[in-house]
Amino acid sequence: MSIIRPYGDTTGDGMVQLSFTLPVPHDKRAEGAAVQLANKMGMDPALVVHSKPIGPDFTFFVVYGPVNHLVDTSKVEVIERDYPLLSPKEVNLAIRKGLRRRLTVVGACIGTDAHTVGIDAILNIKGFAGEKGLEYYREVKVVNLGAQVAVPELVRRAKADKADAILVSQVVTQREAHVLNTKEMSAAFREAYAEDARPVLVAGGPRFTEQMAGELGVDRVFGRGTTPGEVASYLVDALVTRRHAYRKTA
Amino acid sequence: MNKKLDLDPVTVRKARSLARKAGKPIVNLARQHTTVSVERAVLRLAGLTGADTEGIPWVNRLADTVRADVGLEHGLALPVWDALLRGEAEDLAVLAQKAASGSVTFRMPEGRDGVRARSAARKAATAGMKRIDGRRRERDRLIKRHGDPEQRPWIYLIVATGDIYEDIPQAQAAAREGADIIAVIRSTGQSLLDYVPEGPTREGFAGTYATQENFRLMRAALDESSKELGRYVRLTNYASGLCMPEIATLAGLERLDMMLNDSMYGILFRDINPIRTFVDQRFSRQIHARAGIIINTGEDNYLTTADAVEAAHTVTVSQLLNEYFAKEAGLEDWQLGLGHAFEINPDIPDSFRLELAHAMLARQLFPNAPLKWMPPTRHMTGDVFRGYLLDGFFNLAGAMTGQGILLVGMMTEAVVTPWISDRDLALQNVRYVLGAAGNLHEDFRPEPNGFIASRARQVLGESVELLDRIVDDGLLNAIGDGTFGLMKRPQDAGRGLDGVARKSPAYYNPAIELLEEGQ
Repeated sequence: MSIIRPYGDTTGDGMVQLSFTLPVPHDKRAEGAAVQLANKMGMDPALVVHSKPIGPDFTFFVVYGPVNHLVDTSKVEVIERDYPLLSPKEVNLAIRKGLRRRLTVVGACIGTDAHTVGIDAILNIKGFAGEKGLEYYREVKVVNLGAQVAVPELVRRAKADKADAILVSQVVTQREAHVLNTKEMSAAFREAYAEDARPVLVAGGPRFTEQMAGELGVDRVFGRGTTPGEVASYLVDALVTRRHAYRKTA
Repeated sequence: MNKKLDLDPVTVRKARSLARKAGKPIVNLARQHTTVSVERAVLRLAGLTGADTEGIPWVNRLADTVRADVGLEHGLALPVWDALLRGEAEDLAVLAQKAASGSVTFRMPEGRDGVRARSAARKAATAGMKRIDGRRRERDRLIKRHGDPEQRPWIYLIVATGDIYEDIPQAQAAAREGADIIAVIRSTGQSLLDYVPEGPTREGFAGTYATQENFRLMRAALDESSKELGRYVRLTNYASGLCMPEIATLAGLERLDMMLNDSMYGILFRDINPIRTFVDQRFSRQIHARAGIIINTGEDNYLTTADAVEAAHTVTVSQLLNEYFAKEAGLEDWQLGLGHAFEINPDIPDSFRLELAHAMLARQLFPNAPLKWMPPTRHMTGDVFRGYLLDGFFNLAGAMTGQGILLVGMMTEAVVTPWISDRDLALQNVRYVLGAAGNLHEDFRPEPNGFIASRARQVLGESVELLDRIVDDGLLNAIGDGTFGLMKRPQDAGRGLDGVARKSPAYYNPAIELLEEGQ
């Protein structure tokens, strides 16, 4: 069944909940305005179950109701994982057999972002969601440059450490800074390296979506909730499996 | 409130004495050095403001020129006031402009010239210090007139729009909704600027620049709110990063009430050189002590990178070190908003009991300090409903353990910068918990040999062990080895090292002289 509607407590009821604030004083007119907005969003009938003034000039609403939109799941576009998920043991083995040396990953928070929580979750041995970070992988050499690294410095360290892959994280952002910073990074690497010698570029952070890789100029984007194992598996796929296969056929 | 946990007084005394032993060599190091920002703070105290057309403050222009002529090691005061006495310019502003254009040469005055320069510099710094003293008296008067918040903990809310003119109505709205303290988060990256931006600012990333004019505008707005609400609403900003001494000075001059000021945060989380940080930190704390400002330390940050259970003792150790450094700089107990946070993974068994144990330990170790209690961030997943519940438990732990300053958690942590509705819901959460359980601490006594009391003793024991190791190894080496927050910061690396100089025998700084006379 590819056509679906939201589910409250009965199949097909289409029920959703919504909360928002309008910049108007709390009165009957404000509630009417909230209903109007919900109607325009496809909720009909819209039930304002809660409204509360926030100071003299704003009103907060919680609205419940059915939406008249239908969702066609067959038309949803997602990037399915196109690489096999490997255990740390399998990752180490693949690197040892395929590369015959350690795989070097250089990671950093670039730009003004000082929040290393994302990059640390992936790189630090501590890890994330019960999975150990890349430092735990014997065959992976991790260079974690930490926070607020300038792009030229990142390129310099990548060259000095002969990086196979670059991981950058962007957590706190405003006015699209995460996009601008990442584009600057990918442009700098494309300028500094020949395309076939360039390290694999990976960007991660809660504000990115996987579809943004092309726009950002990176090879892969990882969004919210990514675990170190997924990143390690991807790196093996990109740097060992694929390059190996490419060399064999070439 | 006191003595709920049966802590061994000998162990507590030992912990304090180890912290003193670990901190003493750092204080000596700090006394032997100066930094560009300490020296620029003297110029700010003497009234030099403004910036050139490129936005570089005149204090930086003047300091850079003097440094190029005579070095930093003697301090800036003698060469600067010598130049004024020689008639190179009628005041500091003109002198800075001339220095920037290269039409003044600075020298170290000798003999009688030296004595005269010294006395002129002291006079100028005294005028600034009197302004800070006046601001402190003004705060005392306003608190007397409007009153302090009725309840403890004081409710601390953040605004962070990037635009001071958006921050002001948001801050006033937050105060009206119940905030006792407004913190204006700084623009990301300001910590790493080696100058303080000028004027009112409307462009920031995830926060608003700390400038003297922004301080003044916000303080004036909150003075209006205090009058309207009948309670004194406090204002907080950040004395961290490369310009701690100058920002502390500006905070004193503009009557800010609280400042984030951690002894090690800049080193660990901003990769600022350790010596630079400790020198800047000491001066900024001396200024805060003089200005009657409450400091907030940053131990919560360790728990955002390290595990909150495994690293619980590093928080206690850092609190003890922060206490030592603060008292050495002249701060009193009531000024020590020592930090800690509710960051234990909620999925582990007894997580709330562990939180209570850690929070009570801090409360009992520092009975007269206000303590700053920070909400969950690490385990806020984007599930705003679960986050709202977690914030409720955070508030409850704060009420049950008598925390002094409660930073209000937002259910949209890690999703967006707070919306007006997030703040309103968060304050409802706080009000409900304080209303329903605010006095629960009167009835709450953990079982003497139960889970909470044992855990608190265990953390204290681990803290003493770690302090022992730090004393053996030296604090700078411990920081270099990654003891705190898992970050390794060697003393000969990090940002801002080129702005540090070892003091010469001829060094003179009238601000430090005045601050240390006052202690």
